[in-house]
Amino acid sequence: MLVLIVRRLFQLVLLLFGISFIVFMSMFIAPGDPAAIIAGPTASASDLEAIRASMGLDKPVLVQYLDYLAGVLHGDFGYSYQTGQSVSDAIISRFPNTFKLAVASMIVAMAIGIFAGIISAIKHNSWIDFSSTTIALLGVSIPNFWLGAMLILVFAVNLQILPVGGLSYSIFSLEGIKELVLPAITLGTASAALIARMSRSSMLEVIQSDYIRTAKAKGVKKRSIVWVHALRNAMIPVITIIGIDFGALLGGTVITEQVFAINGVGRLMIDAIAARDFPIIQGTVLLVAAIFVVVNLIIDIIYALIDPRISYD
Amino acid sequence: MENSATAKLETLKEKEEKIFLQTVKRLLKNKLAVTGLVIIILQVIFAILAPLLVSYSPNQQNLSETNLGIGSSHHFLGTDNYGRDIWTRVVYGARISLIVGLSAVSLGLVGGLILGLLGGYYRRIDGIVMRIVDLLFAFPGILLAMLIIAILGTSLVNVVIAISVWSIPGCARIVRGSVLSIKKQEYIMAMKSLGASDIRILFKHILPNCTAPIIVFATMRMATAILSTSALSFLGLGAQPPTPEWGAMIAAGQDFMWDAPHMAIVPGIAIMLTVFAFNVVGDGLRDALDPNMEMNM
Repeated sequence: MLVLIVRRLFQLVLLLFGISFIVFMSMFIAPGDPAAIIAGPTASASDLEAIRASMGLDKPVLVQYLDYLAGVLHGDFGYSYQTGQSVSDAIISRFPNTFKLAVASMIVAMAIGIFAGIISAIKHNSWIDFSSTTIALLGVSIPNFWLGAMLILVFAVNLQILPVGGLSYSIFSLEGIKELVLPAITLGTASAALIARMSRSSMLEVIQSDYIRTAKAKGVKKRSIVWVHALRNAMIPVITIIGIDFGALLGGTVITEQVFAINGVGRLMIDAIAARDFPIIQGTVLLVAAIFVVVNLIIDIIYALIDPRISYD
Repeated sequence: MENSATAKLETLKEKEEKIFLQTVKRLLKNKLAVTGLVIIILQVIFAILAPLLVSYSPNQQNLSETNLGIGSSHHFLGTDNYGRDIWTRVVYGARISLIVGLSAVSLGLVGGLILGLLGGYYRRIDGIVMRIVDLLFAFPGILLAMLIIAILGTSLVNVVIAISVWSIPGCARIVRGSVLSIKKQEYIMAMKSLGASDIRILFKHILPNCTAPIIVFATMRMATAILSTSALSFLGLGAQPPTPEWGAMIAAGQDFMWDAPHMAIVPGIAIMLTVFAFNVVGDGLRDALDPNMEMNM
């Protein structure tokens, strides 16, 4: 077990190096001179030269990468081309909103997904099963930005019971919860659908296995078979899918933040892409990718802990 | 001796045909998959015959007929804020979605096939291939596509490139897995000892045996590609106005939610139907190609 964790940690470090290298190089592959972006169109050649020197852009690329890496390890991601604000400050001020959104969506997704999947499996081939699998298929097919727009149309514009957008109140207030409802449903739907499909198939497999038949034969109550005996084993593959899907969810925060005008990391990134503000793009992409690989490492470890049959050799 | 060999070859061919027919039969029994197939066929027809099915051009403005609702005379899906016919724009949008989806998925398949075949077949390259795949997988979801667009700039062509690169790791992983299991089989060993070249073995004997998982992957990937294209365009990173792209149409419609909600509703339904169709056909194909999986999904 310890060997597994150490080895995965080592792989993680290598992966983070790789990610940071790609992210850093993105600025050099991209057409356009960063110094020219900062200096503006009226700058003279000597101005550009001065900016290049002050930013270290005149050094060899590899040295620049190592400088960048050293900075990142100290929490210094550079400065925005546009506003001159430090990238880490810009990200830190927006991160809580993205975090709230991601966690709330995951809770929505797991609650709906696991419940729907289990009910489908128990009522296998019934109309409940059929409608829930069809809804799940629609759920993975629905564009989440459109779902968000439709929810706004119904609940904010027509019924006027929930706010149109924004995320500014504390999560511990009624307003804070109300403004999180629509974005969480918007972002959580696709994941809920995926989790429901996985839970259903996994649960079906477990229900038909020998030890469940034994439990039935012993006269264990059906409810306790499903919720105690079967659930634990059925959840193992579901945890993996949640880990993989967490990435899609992180990517989805970018879109959801745009729909609901939430001032989060995703919106920061989209604005930066439009303005070709590379330090911000690098910082945000690096952060999201790092969170994703770390979460997956944690899930891998949990996975190995709850299922001793798994070995990684 | 020769006769029995040709006879064997013929029965083998018959067997292949039988498997194909069985797959089609199983697929056609699946009601959801048939529904999806019908939607896809209709969409292809719309995309090809677009100019014949509409009476306007997609960017033709008419400022005296703006924001007409659904069911108006001459504009049965209404018009947008510039008086452009929404039905026309949705039909032309089908063209864009299909072309972008097809080209992105095909490009991604080529990249994934090359990586997967090489990695699965040559042990020495495998490590490098898998590291590349891991690295590409480390950028969650649509983020990799966004990073590529950040590098290349915003346009529909760059969306194609971005989505194809994003499709590479998934495809490579599937192909590699199939190659690994096939290459251990006896007939591949036999081919090798007969002196067949690696390229011949890879393309003539291994590749055809990976087609089933690749077809399923490609179908599912079409769904993702179309969904992502519209999402990127919605964010302003893909098709730019006035291109009649579905995601861009929804983005434009969002500003007119009060007066003309159909501007956003109609293209959204188009996206959902298309993505749904590719998803259910992909699901159906997987079940039809691998009857043992039927239990699970």
